[in-house]
Parts: sequence; C-alpha cells; structure tokens
Amino acid sequence: MITDCDEARLITMQDRLVPLLTVERLSKAYGAVVACDRVSLSLYPGQVLGIIGESGSGKTTLLKAIATHLPIDSGRVCYTSTAGQALDLHELPLPRRRQLMRTEWGFVQQNPRDGLRMNVTAGANIGERLMEVGGRHYGQIRQTAGLWLDQVEISQARMDDFPHTFSGGMQQRLQLARVLVTSPRLVLMDEPTGGLDVSVQAKLLDLIRSLVRTLQLSVILVTHDIGVVRLLAHRLLVMQGGQVVEAGLTDQVLDDPQHPYTQQLVSATLVP
Amino acid sequence: MTSLTQNFNFAYLDEQTKRTIRRTLLKAIAIPGHQIPFGSREMPLSYGWGTGGMQVTAAVIGQDDVFKVIDQGADDTTNAVNIRRFFEKVCGVETTESTSAATLIQTRHRIPETPLQEGQIMVYQVPIPEPLRWLEPSEVETRKMHALSEYGPMYVRLYEDITQFGQIATAYDYPVMVNQRYLMRPSPIPRFDNPKLNMSPAIQLFGAGREKRIYAVPPYTEVKSLDFEDYPFQVETWDKACEFCGSTESYLDEVVTDNDGGRLWICSDTDFCRSRGKREE
Repeated sequence: MITDCDEARLITMQDRLVPLLTVERLSKAYGAVVACDRVSLSLYPGQVLGIIGESGSGKTTLLKAIATHLPIDSGRVCYTSTAGQALDLHELPLPRRRQLMRTEWGFVQQNPRDGLRMNVTAGANIGERLMEVGGRHYGQIRQTAGLWLDQVEISQARMDDFPHTFSGGMQQRLQLARVLVTSPRLVLMDEPTGGLDVSVQAKLLDLIRSLVRTLQLSVILVTHDIGVVRLLAHRLLVMQGGQVVEAGLTDQVLDDPQHPYTQQLVSATLVP
Repeated sequence: MTSLTQNFNFAYLDEQTKRTIRRTLLKAIAIPGHQIPFGSREMPLSYGWGTGGMQVTAAVIGQDDVFKVIDQGADDTTNAVNIRRFFEKVCGVETTESTSAATLIQTRHRIPETPLQEGQIMVYQVPIPEPLRWLEPSEVETRKMHALSEYGPMYVRLYEDITQFGQIATAYDYPVMVNQRYLMRPSPIPRFDNPKLNMSPAIQLFGAGREKRIYAVPPYTEVKSLDFEDYPFQVETWDKACEFCGSTESYLDEVVTDNDGGRLWICSDTDFCRSRGKREE
C-alpha cells in the first residue's frame, strides 16, 4: 500500500532517475591530437563521478568542455535545469549559459590562484558570486560569507585577510566556499587536492565528502589519485588517450579492473 | 578672424573627421553610457592632456557658441587656458569664464557648481573610459560584461573599500549606472559632482582620445552612483567654508600657503567663487 509519505519519496526517487547531466559522444581535438574521443557519460543527482587517467589522457579537456570553457568539435552536453528543462549547453545563448555557471554550477580549479581573486579579501571572494546574482546588502553578504567560512573550517577572524596569506589547504577550502555560496547543484572539480600534502589532503577530502552529502551536490571530479576517487566517487570513468576505457561503480572498477590499463593503474598504486 | 585661422579648417579638424565624430556622438547619445569606438586623431597636444575632449568639442562647436574651459574647476590653470586659446585661434569663437553665459563647456575633473541649463553642452576629458578596467584586464571580456550587464565585480571593489576603510572610499571617478543599463566612468570628477550628472538638463559628452572612445549622457537621464543598501552613496562634506566667498555648499580645495603648515580652504570652481564674492559686495 502506498501512503502519502511513500508517494512523496517516490517523487524524489523519480527525480533521481533523471540524469542531471548527460554527455553524448563528445569529441574535441587539438589539431591532430584527439583529446576527447566520443566520450559519453551521465551523472545523476547527488552522485559523485570520478574521472581518472594519466596526464594527457584528456580528463581535464573533458571537464573544461563540459563546463563550456572550451568549444567542442562534436557531441552534446545536456543539463537538466532546476526548472526541469533539458538544456544543450553548447547551443545555449551566452547570457543564459553564464548565468547558469554563476548559479547552478561551480568550478573548482586545481590551483586556487586561478579560482580566487588574490588581491581582494577572503570575504569579498566569497561574496563575489552573491553580488553577481544581485546581492546589494553589505551586512548580509558579510554574514553569509562568515557562515561559509565556518562551513569550510576557516576562522571568521580571517575574513578580512587576503588569500595570499592563507596556506595552500586554506586557499583551496576558500575556493570551495566561494563556489558553494550560491548553492550550486553541480560542481566540477579539477584535481582539488593536487599540490597539497597528505594530511591536508585528507582533511580537504573529508570536508568535500561531508559537503557533498549535506548539500546533496552532484560532482564531477577529475584526478589522477586513486585514493581520492576511492574515498569520494560513487562511479568511476577511466580514460586513456582521449577514450573512456572502463566505467562503472568505483569499488567494482578498482577491485576488479577489466581493462589492461586500469589493471596497470590499480597495481601501480603504492600501498603503504 | 586672425590670419592664423585661414590656415586651418574651422575648429582645426577636417570636415570629414568632424562628421565621423558627430556620427559617433549620435550613436553615443542613442545608447546612454555605452562606449563607442572612434578614430581618434592626432591633436597638437599629447594624449592624456584632453585630446578626447578637444575632438568632441571640435566636432560640436559652431560659430555662435560661447566657449568655456575648466580644469579642476578653475578657468585659469594651464590646461584650461591653453585649450581655450587653442579654440579661440582655430574657431574665433567667443569665450567666457561664466558658467551661465557659456553654451559649450569643456571640463577636466569637475562639473561647475552653477546648475547647468537646457541647451548647454558639457564635454568631459576622459583618461580611462572603461569602468571595469582594473578588475578585468581583457577588453574582450569587459565588452561581454557590459553586453550582459554583469557588474558584480564592481561591487567587489566597493565591498573591499568598506571592509578596509569602513566606507566607500572611492573619491573620484566613482562608478555610475546610466539609464539603469550601462556602467560608466564619469571621468575623474569628485564623487561630490556625481549627483549633478543625474537628470541634468544639459547634454553631457565624454571623449577619451588615447583610448579612442566616446560616450554620452543625454539630457534628463537617470545616473545612479553604485552603493550598497546599508552603505548608501554619500558625497564629501567639509566642516569649513570657502575663505574667499564663504560658501559651504561648494567643493573645497585645500591650498597650502606657506612652509609652516598654513593652509586655506577655497572653492575649486573659480567662476562660482567670484560670482558669489561679487554678490556679497
């Protein structure tokens, strides 16, 4: 018997069955070098998708193409908006696309210097997206910035300090806060833990994991670190030479790799 | 007319150039606050000394115009005197120091205190026309930002001002929204003058010679200075009066008079100060 309560849950289950993002046969070449060769994937709400592969395998190009930072040669990137519309991102008019990127999307850069404004304070960095979507009350912007500093475990006393006075890990957490402040649904991360030492990495991963769960984020995470995907990703895509060579549940792919390259990748990991 | 004028076309620039600038001006007035590129010519003055303003003046000046030039509010500073003499030479027009008698006023860094009237034209000399320049170095990107009205980063600057100084500390070239659409630099006028831009009965033309841009604010157009709801826009105030005319409403300059720290506060608008002085006598 279906009660009202069950029905409500059924609807959310229904929502979860509609992919948030679908990439169909996406190709991108730099001259003769094919960086992405007919890549297809789909991402469902609340899911973390890891993309793993060696340097030059096309994973960052794929991420940038999905984020429309790069034009693509062929294929489609389809996003389901909050209103339930299916939008072909590369066909979408520029104003709408940029608005989506500021509100429903977020992009976390590998190097926080690319994702932050280094010459303005931490508070202004977090407030920028709020001001971009029409925030015009200084006190409220500051209050929200303070809440987000708490969320990413940076002391509110550092709000008026410049990002260059922050450690690498703090800069990366600040970048997270800056992106998450407008409550995006989809966050793209390009090696968020690259260049950090292991203990800082562990803390950041812990933070990302809890944020993903509490905010119900969908994430595409690009990395070359198997430990990171094992910890964060629900599903995994393995890329080599611009092609997806293996895809599936993270545990399944890592514990029982089928493709020779994946086998090599898994066995190459140092186990302390 | 002096013999000199016969060797020049009226207003120095050739007719073809003046026509292109007029066409640009028409477009600028049709799209208030939007920067229009134009083919900036060489003037007998280096870039940065008001060549943009001079070209705009040359394009709109007529034989019947009464011309006034101010520099920081004063009629008698080098820049003002030289530009005034230049147009006297190449146009033979009547010049004046009186704001109300002038039909065309070229200005650097001030708007006269005497309210402007219908039929008057203000020409501003602009060093850097792009309000987003120090926030976004790419011209391609800033044009996109204007096209899409993405002015969030400008507020980041104001936010930083409040955070560091407790108030919006931008004292001149204070960014404004024109006709609720385009973000504009009002040229380096003090923010004291910003309210005078709003709903002004005069035509206001802005020329940037080095940067090759012209923009305009047509008469009776809304010009709003950017601010936050809880930190509204405010103009500067002084707790002193002008030493010469006793005005408490005008923009005051601090003048150091000797080596012992002696200083005077006087009106920056010399015409306004003088006319007030006369009235009181």
